[in-house]
Amino acid sequence: MARPISWIGQALLYGLFALIIGYFSSSPPYRHLPADQALIKLSFSHEGKLVSACRQRTAEELAKLAPNMRAPMDCPRERSPVTVEIDLDGAPAYRHVATPSGLSRDGPSTVYHRFALLAGEHRLAIRLNDDARTSGFNYRREEMVTLKPGKVLVIDFNQEAGGITLK
Amino acid sequence: MNINVLSSTRNGALLAYHRIEHGFDKVFGAALNPWRHLGALAFLFFWIIAVTGLYLYAVLDTSVDGVYRSINWLSREQWYLGGVLRSLHRYAADAFLLVTLLHLLREFLLGRYTGFRHFSWLTGVALLWFIYISGVVGIWLRWDQLAQFSAATTAEWLDALPVFATPLIRNFLSANAVSDRLFSLFVFVHIGVPLLLIFGLWFHLQRISRAEVFPPPALAAGSLLALLALSLALPVVSQAAADLSLVPGPLALDWFYLFWQPLMYATSAAAVWAFLTGATLLLFALPALPHGAAAPVAEVHPENCNGCRRCFEDCPYTAIVMVPHPGGIPGRQLAQVIPDLCAGCGICAGSCPSSTPFRSTAELVTGIDMPQMPIGRLRRSLDRGLAQLEGKNGMVVFGCDQGANVSSLAGKDLASFSLICTGMLPPSFIEYALRGGAAGVLVTGCRAGGCAFRLGNRWAEERLAGSRVPHLRARPPGNVLRLAWADRGEEAELAAAVDDLRQSLAAERLHNKDPIADPIVPSTKMTAHG
Repeated sequence: MARPISWIGQALLYGLFALIIGYFSSSPPYRHLPADQALIKLSFSHEGKLVSACRQRTAEELAKLAPNMRAPMDCPRERSPVTVEIDLDGAPAYRHVATPSGLSRDGPSTVYHRFALLAGEHRLAIRLNDDARTSGFNYRREEMVTLKPGKVLVIDFNQEAGGITLK
Repeated sequence: MNINVLSSTRNGALLAYHRIEHGFDKVFGAALNPWRHLGALAFLFFWIIAVTGLYLYAVLDTSVDGVYRSINWLSREQWYLGGVLRSLHRYAADAFLLVTLLHLLREFLLGRYTGFRHFSWLTGVALLWFIYISGVVGIWLRWDQLAQFSAATTAEWLDALPVFATPLIRNFLSANAVSDRLFSLFVFVHIGVPLLLIFGLWFHLQRISRAEVFPPPALAAGSLLALLALSLALPVVSQAAADLSLVPGPLALDWFYLFWQPLMYATSAAAVWAFLTGATLLLFALPALPHGAAAPVAEVHPENCNGCRRCFEDCPYTAIVMVPHPGGIPGRQLAQVIPDLCAGCGICAGSCPSSTPFRSTAELVTGIDMPQMPIGRLRRSLDRGLAQLEGKNGMVVFGCDQGANVSSLAGKDLASFSLICTGMLPPSFIEYALRGGAAGVLVTGCRAGGCAFRLGNRWAEERLAGSRVPHLRARPPGNVLRLAWADRGEEAELAAAVDDLRQSLAAERLHNKDPIADPIVPSTKMTAHG
């Protein structure tokens, strides 16, 4: 191939290379959610209550233990699974039983779930149980929420903040 | 999919690939064809990333409030330097990934993943993960909406594995969850993983001698200019600052690194895990799939090896080591072949000074040889071929099993010999053929830069040019020696080169009664054998 033609060909191919890099480094655009939707993220990492109550060790039991192990209370390690339910506009939207982490099931139970919904006003009901010794739910929260398009609503659990939180 | 289907699919793709590669040859020339330097181009882009990254690191503020502002400032306020370097950094990262994937694809199509090449293949596949980790974490350092989306998506993807006591996604639920330390961690990963990548590249090249770790200057300059022009024409800019209370709007997604994230939302995290780990395992398993029998490896004949180290120098795959000679002569060495590393290309036999056909021994045995095609047999074949040449302008063609098929050449005035690799040809065989009655010799093999054994045609060319030992002792006068590089499938081009040589020889004879009766300069004292 004659040299000038070769140079033009090279310039075109280098240009094509740059075009491919430039295009796919930012195009085609990606929209994660339709413009009229909002997102609810349910996430918590919470240690359920112990599966059974602690009990007082007897004097005989304490005597059998090594001196440095004579804790007066005998508590189980295992924690309760955490059950969570969400109703959206009166209809069940999510239910999950989160088992405690760890080989002895003594760690926190974790949940993460996300669901997209049309922006606007919604009635949200959240129920949570973290105690295997009680039936039903020991934490509840119901609220009307107004979600703007693109808004992320985070449902979390924080005992110090009163339980179920919406942010 | 059974092995035969896989093989035929690969062959079909290989044909298409060869068309593309040969098309580029017409524009760039074979030696500068970027398809033949993909690995070296990956190195070039890596170094561009490293150098531009130094500047970006110097201005990066790793605080939550500062990280977006400091990077965005480069593009807004210092576009002429920081902005260009930032764009170069990003585009070089994309180019790095692209040429690496093309490099992988090319090696697959050429079947270069089995046998002695399996080590390079396996280490290369592992490095892909390092490239992706470096690139994806680098995107997070912008901390704009794209970074927010990508970091949260990656956290969700990792959380699909039941290994984290607390889900990683909780680090990206609200602005309060993001701390300065998070960006220090990102920087640590973004710099640490490329350092591991360099270490991995060292492993990747361990079984390759004279690895090309930088492309030819013209190709490097062209590639750099292309990225620089792109950086000026389409500078990289940050999107809106991350806001974890909002879903990111339309994203200018980097599809090279982030293609799997939209895929995850279209399918599931488990599906993406299955796809990525499945693809990785498949690539890892390729060398173990059934394939053709391994080529016989080179054999050393100690009584003919003088320990000159030429085979050691020329082996493309570091398959030869030098050990003390068993004869016990102080300082004398002996070549030793490492069978697992040997490609069976015969380049070592071509480099051995004992491979000269002018030796007077009845049975020519050289220092290092190929059992399936010993140098002694090549001399006998050449003797027979020379004896059968008809006409005054008889020609000898030396080719290789990888390049254009020399057995396709027709003519009673022609004797052709296909070696394992053209690099296996000792230059003295050319002199031997010319002294033995051939009027011309044509040497062929894979196109420049495309040798199936990496260095065969390069060594052959340098030996014939006299710049590499063993060299052709004197260049034959006129045009009696030709080089014509042609890939498999280009037999027509090879035939045209032979015809050209034929006509040239006829014309020379017409003008000069006997110009090549003794084409080698008369100073030689060697005698022809047989």
